[in-house]
Amino acid sequence: MIQELKDHATLADDFNKDEDRVGWHDDTLWWIREKRDKIAWQVPDWELLRDAASNIKDHVLSNLNPYLLQFEANAIANGITVHWAADAAGHNQIVLNILREKEINKLVKSKSMLTEECHLNDFLADNGVDVIDSDLGERIVQLAEEPPSHIVLPCIHKKKEEIGALFHKHLGTPEGNSDPQLLTEAARHHLRETFLSRKATVTGINFAVAETGEFVICTNEGNADMGAHLADVHIACMGIEKIIPERKDLGVFLRLLARSATGQPITTYSSHFKKPRENQEMHIILVDNGRTKQLGREDFRNSLKCIRCGACMNTCPVYRRSGGHSYHYAITGPIGAILAPNLDMEKYSDLPFASTLCGSCTNVCPVKIDIHQQLYKWRQVIVQNGYAPKAKELSMKMMAFTLSSPFVYHTAGKMGRAVLKYAPFTVNNSFNPWYKQRDMPEVPSASFGEWYKKNRN
Amino acid sequence: MSSRAQILAAVLANQPTILPMPAFQPFSPTGENSFDKFVATAKGIGSSVYFLSGIAQVKQLIYTNFSAGRIISPIEELSDVAEFDFADLDAHTLEDVELGVFKAHFGVAENSALWVTEDLLGKRVSPFICQHLMLLVNKTDILQNMHQAYDRIGAANYDFGTFIAGPSKTADIEQSLVLGAHGPRSLAVVILD
Ligand code: SF4
Repeated sequence: MIQELKDHATLADDFNKDEDRVGWHDDTLWWIREKRDKIAWQVPDWELLRDAASNIKDHVLSNLNPYLLQFEANAIANGITVHWAADAAGHNQIVLNILREKEINKLVKSKSMLTEECHLNDFLADNGVDVIDSDLGERIVQLAEEPPSHIVLPCIHKKKEEIGALFHKHLGTPEGNSDPQLLTEAARHHLRETFLSRKATVTGINFAVAETGEFVICTNEGNADMGAHLADVHIACMGIEKIIPERKDLGVFLRLLARSATGQPITTYSSHFKKPRENQEMHIILVDNGRTKQLGREDFRNSLKCIRCGACMNTCPVYRRSGGHSYHYAITGPIGAILAPNLDMEKYSDLPFASTLCGSCTNVCPVKIDIHQQLYKWRQVIVQNGYAPKAKELSMKMMAFTLSSPFVYHTAGKMGRAVLKYAPFTVNNSFNPWYKQRDMPEVPSASFGEWYKKNRN
Repeated sequence: MSSRAQILAAVLANQPTILPMPAFQPFSPTGENSFDKFVATAKGIGSSVYFLSGIAQVKQLIYTNFSAGRIISPIEELSDVAEFDFADLDAHTLEDVELGVFKAHFGVAENSALWVTEDLLGKRVSPFICQHLMLLVNKTDILQNMHQAYDRIGAANYDFGTFIAGPSKTADIEQSLVLGAHGPRSLAVVILD
């Protein structure tokens, strides 16, 4: 993909060519962030819940080996086959082997960021397996031959007219019709046919309970359940960090997940899979793919606590105005910018610079990951490892991008113009070259409020 | 070395010194009336709520709203209005079901989720594949929050269980909420006295 050759700043510039779209993207995500705030504030002890979630995850990471063994033993006792994959290639091969053994060459898949991370679809396509994504947003980006741009809202960058055109071409909906109701109905029929005809399904896993060997999948659409309860073979894929100790811990995480993600009190379905159906085969693939390495990096270990709610993206002023594709990695936004360099420090050396370090991500994260601090630390590691001869250039690009965007009204803006001018780059450090006054790009002379008005109205 | 051994060894080598499992904090109660909260939340996420006093009234509700189409229910008292013996059928044959009626173990006020397990569903796919869903819950079985929910579930030995909150939905197209994604287009919650 051409995209992968470009860095974040360049891709962000591409996205910013269409100003209306950027404004719309920004507003949509901010609206979701506001929904999250509204519902979070209704929960007494929201902060205690975040503490509990964070502490449980810390505990799990410090005791992961025994928990993995406990989970495996219980899952096997429940009649589930457990596989282990060291990397993406291993994971993909396991999926293919299971399908080959059953002589299945068609698959329906529900949303799983892990399979995106492993590029499972491409691998299976190369091996003659037809994959249909069943989450509506994922199906849309699949038809558009694009990766998802957000981990919870895969096609948040797409306008309904573009989706209408895609559906007209692929599903035969009336030309020029972009009514969400009609398009969703068309997808419902198309995918129902798919659910009924596919013998195998691949799903992700939100939580895996060591105590019982069960795993939980959360969806609003019901697509994971439709796939899993109709297929003869269910393959569920998870990163090894998805383990939680006990069933009752789900009480903490299910209270946080959907509220943080979309501002809903809970997803429509929170399904607990413990045993396969009669005559059904159920597989779990436990995937490392860099996670054990991240576990050993003290500064970045916390990133493994992520429950993939997407809140850090929705709130991020850079993400909102640069779009998910500018991160050129499966997990987008602030958390993606921490996870990606762990896998390939050189290729993703630009991502930790795609941040203003304003800390908004850290403030909303339901498991209290110190996201912006980790981004800052990555910058140092990247420079120290010699992977960022362009660090300064990236920083300057980022600064220019930041200053030309009215996003600060949502975050830093309320702290005043001085903040805009000097912060969020307040850390004096030789790895932050834009700290030095002389290196700063020119600040727009109009006050930001004036600038904002002129450019937005 | 197998992937399994390799991963487990790497985890063991890299996991930090053990941190204690936090003592589970009992979260302070909301002070709200659970029942009212449940009803308001259910309506807020697109469910319809009915207050009925017995199976006869449930039948009446079914008659009034679903005059045509296939109805399934593993509830024996409803066997004169709904197909009762569907548990042994192939799951795919349920694709033309218009309405599924099931009992729920309990409901949760903070999010209006209802807990159902396979033994209450006849088949796992039944509450997902039907066009419309009706779930019955006793008024006395409304709990306050998810902590109480898992206390109640305890060590129950289900093969499959799910919390259902509202009709299936999506907002993937420009964040416009559409009810009826892949699962039921509507959820009727019946609260039995
Ligand atoms: S890092 Fe935190 S806020 Fe971001 S997706 Fe993960 S859990 Fe959500």
